[in-house]
Amino acid sequence: MYRIIRKEKLAPGIWLMKVMATFVARKAMPGQFIILRVKEEGERIPLTIADYDRREGWVTIIFQEVGLTTGLLAKLDEGDSILDFVGPLGRPSELDGLKRVLCIGGGVGVAPLYPQIKYLWEKGTSVDVIIGSRSKEYLILEDEIRSVCHNLYITTDDGSYGRKGFVSDVLKELLDQGIVYDRVIAIGPLIMMKVVSEITKQYNVPTIVSMNPIMVDGTGMCGGCRVTVSGEVRYACVDGPDFDGHLVDFDEAMRRQRMYREEEQHICKLMEKEGL
Amino acid sequence: MAVNLNRVPMREQDPEVRRRNFDEVTLGYTLEEAVQEAKRCLQCKKPMCVEGCPVNVRIPQFIAAVVEGNIEEAFRIIRQTNNLPAICGRVCPQETQCEQRCVLGKRGQPVAIGRLERFVADYCMEKGIEDKVEVKRNGKKVAIVGAGPAGLTAAADLAKLGYDVNIFEAFHEPGGVLIYGIPEFRLPKALVKREIEGLKKLGVKILTNVVVGRSITINELLEEGYKAVFIGSGAGLPKFMGIPGENLNGVYSANEFLTRINLMKAYDFPNSHTPIKRGKKVAVVGGGNVAMDAARSALRLGAEEVYIVYRRSEAEMPARLEEIHHAKEEGIIFDVLTNPIEILDEDGWVKGLKCIKMKLGEPDESGRRRPIPVGGSEFVMDVDTVIIAIGTSPNPLIASTTPGLAVQKWGGIIVDEETCATSKDGVYAGGDAVTGAATVILAMGAGKKAARAIHERLSKEQ
Repeated sequence: MYRIIRKEKLAPGIWLMKVMATFVARKAMPGQFIILRVKEEGERIPLTIADYDRREGWVTIIFQEVGLTTGLLAKLDEGDSILDFVGPLGRPSELDGLKRVLCIGGGVGVAPLYPQIKYLWEKGTSVDVIIGSRSKEYLILEDEIRSVCHNLYITTDDGSYGRKGFVSDVLKELLDQGIVYDRVIAIGPLIMMKVVSEITKQYNVPTIVSMNPIMVDGTGMCGGCRVTVSGEVRYACVDGPDFDGHLVDFDEAMRRQRMYREEEQHICKLMEKEGL
Repeated sequence: MAVNLNRVPMREQDPEVRRRNFDEVTLGYTLEEAVQEAKRCLQCKKPMCVEGCPVNVRIPQFIAAVVEGNIEEAFRIIRQTNNLPAICGRVCPQETQCEQRCVLGKRGQPVAIGRLERFVADYCMEKGIEDKVEVKRNGKKVAIVGAGPAGLTAAADLAKLGYDVNIFEAFHEPGGVLIYGIPEFRLPKALVKREIEGLKKLGVKILTNVVVGRSITINELLEEGYKAVFIGSGAGLPKFMGIPGENLNGVYSANEFLTRINLMKAYDFPNSHTPIKRGKKVAVVGGGNVAMDAARSALRLGAEEVYIVYRRSEAEMPARLEEIHHAKEEGIIFDVLTNPIEILDEDGWVKGLKCIKMKLGEPDESGRRRPIPVGGSEFVMDVDTVIIAIGTSPNPLIASTTPGLAVQKWGGIIVDEETCATSKDGVYAGGDAVTGAATVILAMGAGKKAARAIHERLSKEQ
């Protein structure tokens, strides 16, 4: 069992949890993820690591209530325990040897981006960041990120905070200004990562995206997380989750993400009826 | 008295009923049936059956105890060499091992050794009979990677010898392929759990949710004071065919399909939260036991038609005869000499499976006749789900994070056949991680061999 030592509401439906998990904490690196199971009949779901402390043995996860499992997770409180919590899984992000990086985070994707920004900053890399959300109240980790980057740009879809528009609008402007980045790192909804990758391809800026497909074991066993990259089948859990955004087949990834939509809606409705 | 040439039949669930439930297919012997079957054993002076068993169960001795009705004694005899008898009695390919060597098999049916082993184990489990083992702890720590058949066996043997054994398991539940792979209707999970409880009573500790290679490395285990490490991480990486359409929604690896059903209990959705697509018309590609398991599971999820698609003929199928027989009884349709060439797409979902007919040519390097496509014979099977069951290979995670561990080109860990020692000092390996996908009992045999070698090495040390 893995005890929750802190729980915090970051935005409507978006939660931060600090979880005691020594095996994960002592090896975690930016870009890696964990798989958890809330209770005995529960599903295994992957969540990217948002922060960790090797000495104290905790790992932070940040998640949005989007389905049954994240809903059940959100019902746990400080002092409660998560049944299963395994990791770190996936390959760490390759962040060394970079001079100037642009990090782009959308929605709850800002959470897994944060440890990467922090790592780059601590290595002395020049980091600009664009973060975006639907509206002001859904924007997360603004202060944390502001303290570990050079320039922070904020967008909201409805213009309630920062610039009205999408992260991709700012991206385009920055590139048009002639700023030379040796890498763009984008984490967020598939459609956002797709749009960002399409833009950076035009400007020839190497771009890494973090894929978060459906998976069961997270160790290469099920093959459910397969992603087509440059025409080849790769497993997000062991070959990724980071891939070259210019080579990922995003349309296939979006389609695969919808595989269990019917089942998910069905089970959520049932649970609502039972008042869970 | 002349020996009956036919074995006592084992009761089974009716195929018409069982094809829609996940309960165990075979029902086992009663005490009377077991004694009757045991009496057929000729008690050979030089029992060939024992040589045919990868863990050398003292077969005539335990059968003699069954004849006397002393089931507890029979259990004790089996447990001397086999830590998981209820499992082996069910999933061992006895027809190519112990039973194949039985002299009765020359004129009639061999003694039903597997069924008797199963009976003894089930009987004692039900009655709560345990074989008591006095263990003197020696304080030496051994780490086992993977709680599957190889790891569990090595752990049990080492624990009996007095070692402090810790098993590291990546999944949230121990058992390996016994839990995630082999379906409930062939191997009830409650029984696997009880066998594992037995190991815990020997003092074996199982740490779940630890991925060796990620959470901790082999080198770190050695640094932490483990005197030896045994790797039994299995062959869990699914192979795909590399044909167009394999990433469509509705295409599964057999590993994913079976893991969702067995480990995650997706057949009980929504009570269990893990979903699975319940196909109406399902094609399973492959001819091994895993393909049979996947096909019969798809049927139990409610499929109207389930096809086994296999590129050679039935004679070349690697699945056990019993599994093929059970699958056919349940109504699985066998399309042999048929090879898939494309999975057809409709809005991102499987719409059909395009295949080509095959014929058999000259034998290939495996000794089986090579299948050759028949020109112009392409046709489309009307299916909505495709499950790929063409094999698995060892997971590269451990090899890639363990400097000095030699592996084959295809990923299998290289070991000394006598000792299971790897190229890395103090590190042993066995089971599918070494051989590629094989059987439960061969993995158990390797676990035993490694335990012996580890003991030999460590008993020399101070």
